[in-house]
Amino acid sequence: MAEIDLAGLALAPGERVVVAMSGGVDSAVTAALLKEAGCDVVGITLQLYDHGQAAGKKGACCAGQDIEDARNVADAIGIPHYVLDFEARFKAAVIDDFAESYAAGRTPIPCVRCNQRVKFRDLLEVARELGAVALATGHYARRVGGRAGAELWRARDAQKDQSYFLFATTQDQLDFVRFPLGALDKATTRAVAERLALPVAQKPESQDICFVPTGHYSNIVGKLAPRAMRKGAILHVDGRQLGEHAGIGRFTVGQRRGLKVAEGEPLYVVGLDAEEAIVHVGPRAAGLTSGLTVADCNWLGRPAAGDRLAIKHRYNEPAVTGRLAAPAIGESARLAFDEPQAGVAPGQAAVLYAGERLLGGGWIERTSPARGKAGIEPHAATVLGA
Amino acid sequence: MTARVYLDHAASSPLRPAARAAIGRALDLAGNASSVHAEGRAARAVVEAARRTLAAAIGGATGGIVFTSGATEANAAALGAGGRMLAAAVEHPSVLAQPGVEPLAVDSAGRLDLQALATALEERDVACVALMLANNETGVLQPVAEAAALAHRAGARLHVDAVQAFGRVPLDVAALGADSAALSAHKLGGPKGAGALWLRDPDAFHPLLRGGGQEHRRRAGTENVAGIAGFAAAAGAIEPEEADRLAALCRTLEAEACRLVEDAVVIGADAPRAPHITALALPGMAAATQVMALDLAGVAVSAGAACSSGKVARSHVLAAMGVAPALADSTIRVSLGWSTTSADIDRFLDAWGDLARRRRKDAL
Repeated sequence: MAEIDLAGLALAPGERVVVAMSGGVDSAVTAALLKEAGCDVVGITLQLYDHGQAAGKKGACCAGQDIEDARNVADAIGIPHYVLDFEARFKAAVIDDFAESYAAGRTPIPCVRCNQRVKFRDLLEVARELGAVALATGHYARRVGGRAGAELWRARDAQKDQSYFLFATTQDQLDFVRFPLGALDKATTRAVAERLALPVAQKPESQDICFVPTGHYSNIVGKLAPRAMRKGAILHVDGRQLGEHAGIGRFTVGQRRGLKVAEGEPLYVVGLDAEEAIVHVGPRAAGLTSGLTVADCNWLGRPAAGDRLAIKHRYNEPAVTGRLAAPAIGESARLAFDEPQAGVAPGQAAVLYAGERLLGGGWIERTSPARGKAGIEPHAATVLGA
Repeated sequence: MTARVYLDHAASSPLRPAARAAIGRALDLAGNASSVHAEGRAARAVVEAARRTLAAAIGGATGGIVFTSGATEANAAALGAGGRMLAAAVEHPSVLAQPGVEPLAVDSAGRLDLQALATALEERDVACVALMLANNETGVLQPVAEAAALAHRAGARLHVDAVQAFGRVPLDVAALGADSAALSAHKLGGPKGAGALWLRDPDAFHPLLRGGGQEHRRRAGTENVAGIAGFAAAAGAIEPEEADRLAALCRTLEAEACRLVEDAVVIGADAPRAPHITALALPGMAAATQVMALDLAGVAVSAGAACSSGKVARSHVLAAMGVAPALADSTIRVSLGWSTTSADIDRFLDAWGDLARRRRKDAL
């Protein structure tokens, strides 16, 4: 029973493949299937942060359960396994950026930074040094095409598609990486884990940001970027002060819960002013945006201005339709939505798709208010935050 | 599949055949060495014979040998009496982690700064100075006799961690001026889980483990008879010419490595060193990567100090020597032992040379 097609992954039996093993079921199955298909699989787990510290447990081992799990899986499937200490670079490339983003009124996506700046850069380099022909991960996405000029596509299982988190992968990186699970659905992955009796077959999905296992990310933001926790005003877009907040680092544009202000209609965060520590709130209509500007773009395709595209501006929201408002110039681009959108948050990524194929994307820098909807200019804060 | 090449003897050495045989025999002794019956006496005889063998191996020293679970316990027991203690900054973590231990500076070769020791002894009331004979990461030898003289002049004891030196350099703990010495079995081809603490004056010793009267009330707990037997057998199996043979292999390894790779660096090259350890840097390639790539090529070496997760932390030894972080991060430890052959050295050089060429190609 072969769940993966080695040739389709542009791999051959006997070739060395490094698998990034997180300790979860997805990367475990990735390693197991490649091994089963005859590759010379080497498992590597990155020690990204001090687990004991992150969990707030003094004296806990520096390595968490995930590293143990990855090692047990590697033993079970019979592959060499190594743990690399990437704590310092993860802190600099991901955790600091995470805290700074919140302090600047943005909503970061640390997983993209980790893929972009840690896994597909430093780990990929290690894989090359070990003589591997490819680096495989347990992401649900598809890499389509030969060894050169690969394309990035959504996963076959739309529910599990993680291509959004991979938008910053450069062409060079994409040519070297493989996503063997992209053609599988989660049920198949679980079934493989059961069939091979992998020690993590029953392990639940991780939901939290890995370095904030408690889920309380404001603690780490407050520690690394105290200015994100300055007290400030909650202002209604109509100008009224509705109350006080304990730091803009606790808010994200589009958020409704946790505002602790009583109004007749539901209120949403529509902007964050980092300079003045103001949280702007308003009715849903006040937060609608007609388009946005993205920076630090990465292109895996060449969309033309005016092309009708699918735009995903938040991981947990479906893509919406829109277009490039002007030809992409250098590293920034302007996008226009067909319909005004709510909850477009600076710091998140806007990722463009043509059908199944991911063409590229960038980091949301500014949003443009949808004119005439609310009759006000609610986005000064958002613009300031840029 | 070709056999693996094992060059990590400083971490643990393969069991010597003589040790395996002695362990096998001892495992079949039913008695507890504290028991009065024939079975007990037989076990006791093995332990006492081992004690004599080891005493002879460390210079025929008078005083007492206490068997322990290993050198970490021996170090803890020797330094457990409390009081202010001084230790070279390059000591093993089992020494540096003892409460009351203050680290002392070393020079660029990793040798204790004797002037700094003298000053510290003048300024403070020191109970004990701890100094290793041979460093476990570089093999560099310490001026233990000089340090012992300084310590004694100031009324302090001197404890020597002789784990890496034992069996590799001529060892006479009493002549060194040491008051206590820690030894380990598995670094020289004995079993893991056996060690010993030599004491010049056993009566002045405060036991770490209390309870039963074993080891003359200096270490409670039933003796690890098989481990002790294996320890002594391994020590007894060291051939007189072994150290010279290893030194010659190490010299070849270092000369060839430096010939293969122009910018290769042997850490502590100019200092007197134990014959079996080479700390070798390949600038521009992370030590962790070298260890992985060599492992995949069938060659076992190590880097830095391994934590239980298997991650490699930056070496406190190289840091204390003032080795630049980039160079330290590209330094691996190659360590030889009783089973090492010149073919092993050739295999290592082939694999490491391949790695270096891979680095060159990437750099272009």
